[in-house]
Amino acid sequence: MSGRFTRRRARLLAGVGAVVTVIVVLLMTGLGRDPSVIASPLVGRAAPDFTLPQLDGPPVTLAKLHGQIVVINFWASWCAECQAEQAALDQTWRRFQDSGVVVIGVNFEDGAGAARGYVRADDVAYPVVEDAGSKTALAYGLRGVPETFVVNRSGRIVSHAIGPVGAAALSSEINSMLLASPR
Amino acid sequence: MMSQLGTYLLLFGLAVSGYGLLAAAVGAKTGRSALVESARRCAFGLFATVAAATATMLVALLTNDFAIRYVADNSAVETPAFFKALALWGADDGSLLLWNLILAGYIAAVALRFRRDRPPTFPYALSVLFAVQVFYLILINGPARPFASLANPPADGRGPEPLLQNHPLMAVHPPFLYLGFIGFTVPFAFGVAALLAGQGSDQWVSVIRRWTLVVWCFLTVGLLLGALWSYSVLGWGGYWAWDPVENVALLPWLSATAFLHSVMLQERRGMARLWNIALVIGAFALMTLGTFLTRANVVSSVHAFAQTPVGPAYLAFLALVLLGGFGLVAWRLPELRTPASLTSAISREGAFVANNVLLLAATAIILLGTTFPLVVEAISGQQVTVGGPYFRSSVTPVFLLILLLAGTAPLLPWRATNASRALRRLRVPAAAAALVMIATAWAGVHQVAAVAGFGLATLVFVTSGQEILTGLSIARHGTRGGVVRALARGRRRHAGLVVHMGLALVAAGIIASSSLAQQDQVTLKTGQSTVFAGQVLRYQGLRADRQPQRIVLTTTVAVTNPGAGAAGTLDPRMNLYPASAAPIGSPSIHRGIVWDLYASVISLQDNGGSATFRFYHNPGVNWLWFGGLVMALGGAAAAWPGRRRRHSGDDQGPGAMRQRTAVAAGAR
Repeated sequence: MSGRFTRRRARLLAGVGAVVTVIVVLLMTGLGRDPSVIASPLVGRAAPDFTLPQLDGPPVTLAKLHGQIVVINFWASWCAECQAEQAALDQTWRRFQDSGVVVIGVNFEDGAGAARGYVRADDVAYPVVEDAGSKTALAYGLRGVPETFVVNRSGRIVSHAIGPVGAAALSSEINSMLLASPR
Repeated sequence: MMSQLGTYLLLFGLAVSGYGLLAAAVGAKTGRSALVESARRCAFGLFATVAAATATMLVALLTNDFAIRYVADNSAVETPAFFKALALWGADDGSLLLWNLILAGYIAAVALRFRRDRPPTFPYALSVLFAVQVFYLILINGPARPFASLANPPADGRGPEPLLQNHPLMAVHPPFLYLGFIGFTVPFAFGVAALLAGQGSDQWVSVIRRWTLVVWCFLTVGLLLGALWSYSVLGWGGYWAWDPVENVALLPWLSATAFLHSVMLQERRGMARLWNIALVIGAFALMTLGTFLTRANVVSSVHAFAQTPVGPAYLAFLALVLLGGFGLVAWRLPELRTPASLTSAISREGAFVANNVLLLAATAIILLGTTFPLVVEAISGQQVTVGGPYFRSSVTPVFLLILLLAGTAPLLPWRATNASRALRRLRVPAAAAALVMIATAWAGVHQVAAVAGFGLATLVFVTSGQEILTGLSIARHGTRGGVVRALARGRRRHAGLVVHMGLALVAAGIIASSSLAQQDQVTLKTGQSTVFAGQVLRYQGLRADRQPQRIVLTTTVAVTNPGAGAAGTLDPRMNLYPASAAPIGSPSIHRGIVWDLYASVISLQDNGGSATFRFYHNPGVNWLWFGGLVMALGGAAAAWPGRRRRHSGDDQGPGAMRQRTAVAAGAR
């Protein structure tokens, strides 16, 4: 680098700095968004009802859970991201099951054997149901797995997340719902 | 095992590129050529290391090593081997591997090209190149980790994104696009190097021009292949949707095109020095902005699957590029100001200035439309989208003016104040254009923009063709030898004119397909038929095939031309993949010289007893592909190293003189 530092140069450099700062700040606001939470057309609507057989247990009917907060998580044993969010879902279930919150895992496009193996290996504690024929997945407009829907006490979908969910985000969402409408 | 190997290779690569950066920078500063030479050799080691890491991932994909999370996420046992290999660039983390590989390849190419004769800016350029590679290697060693492993490897993987395993074009589109994108690093590095070294001479410019041409060709092909993929796979009958991801790929192409024109001002007249460097830096900054917007999931939330932590890193890098690049331009502003000014607006120089204004206007319009939703959301918190109508209505007039310029500017002489000769040579092209406009209007095209567009495309095509022929006949009079020899004489000018002819074809294709296309949606029972665009289309039934990785539902539609009889069948398909609830359609296309007949199946009812189709009649689409190919080939011909490569500044000298005589003679 050669050349002297003149007042003109200082002014030009300050101008470049100011413009770049504005651009970066603008772009930074875009970063703050969580792209996995999407504005789904289902949010605000009644959650499509289903009665599905559990992998090991009696069938589960969504309508019968009316009055409770329900977290519906679509997953598959072949999906690595589902494995990544497994701990968060388990944690949510253990923490909130006594305050009227149900977590349901809906197994999607999977073999029953593979699904059972996954549930055993990862110690999944909450109820897991099979969606043979993917009718429920279609009703929820599933794009892939994992996807997670949160249903409020009156049976309406309040959020829809694509991709793995985090324990902290899920807990704070449920906490605020519990505070807003205590039993 | 593979996971560790890949991780260590990438770490080693980072160390190598770090050393290269240090050695080149210190060598440039102190003038110790041994250091620069060791940095230059580093480039080959770096390339070998990154290639080995990429090969490791390829092996892991092909051998179903689901202990690597990326493999489990993007491949499955049943995935065909071809698409397993393509999964290498099917998702974010893996594509960063390819990105690094191509960048390392470019650095190695620069190191090889300048093994003996080097411009004085070479050490600086080398350190900038290594610095960029250091950033991308940090990215792949930190926030994005393609070799991250899973504690409990699943027995089978998710398989690639269904859309990406539906067509072999995915094998070539991303590599070409990346070759185009990443290639901008080389001109950027030499531009920054010129600013750092404070080179008074114009030596850097011919180096940058040739590399930019190569990169421009790759990007042209990459964009075309992307459009072709969209047309052949997505089933919506179009090839360009003004999607943010498409737009940000077009931006660096536009600014590179502007540079390739304005660079001639500098080579011929010593004008626009600073402007040219700013364009090169701008192209690289736009490329970086595009990568940031796409990969940090800032603009397109629906594309997002896993939230990747690369966003802040990209933003920091973008800030550095903008501050460093334009800060340096500001610093050198007093020295690089060029005294030369336009003698006449109606001259080649004036045309190049107009060309730059128009291309940059198009860039600004598209950039504004693409980032506008981001700005609105930042200020008001509302989500808005800017759709095709904005882009079409605002960009169309600019592109028409660009065509007008391309059809007239090659006739204008340098410096001239008198345009009467140019006007005389414009007679044939203008007459042809007028004829085409009258004919299209008479044939029933009533959109003014479409009629004007066809006319202007003709103008460009005829002007370019006429100029090539004139140049040829003059060159053949002067020297002995065949047409090839004569063509090679004024190679740069002829190649540029060929690119313009390609542009004319592309423009005609775009205008035809966007203003004259027809479409219809119909539901047909088995055996029922409909008439569309003069063809009788009969639904003959459904066939289901179970393949290992998917179920394919194929419909058969018989096409009969009432005049000519049976014209074959269309077989649009629907594919069901386990990893996706929604079926993925595959259109079926009868491609023709004048028009395509295109069919997509939208839905099936009663086990295939009836089906809903969307039919498209798309004129001119193949002119677009062919014209794009011509553009890329013309660009390649211009970039092809000439005999006189040693004296790079010299390829203006005698050749240009000859050309000028040729032009003057042609103007008789």
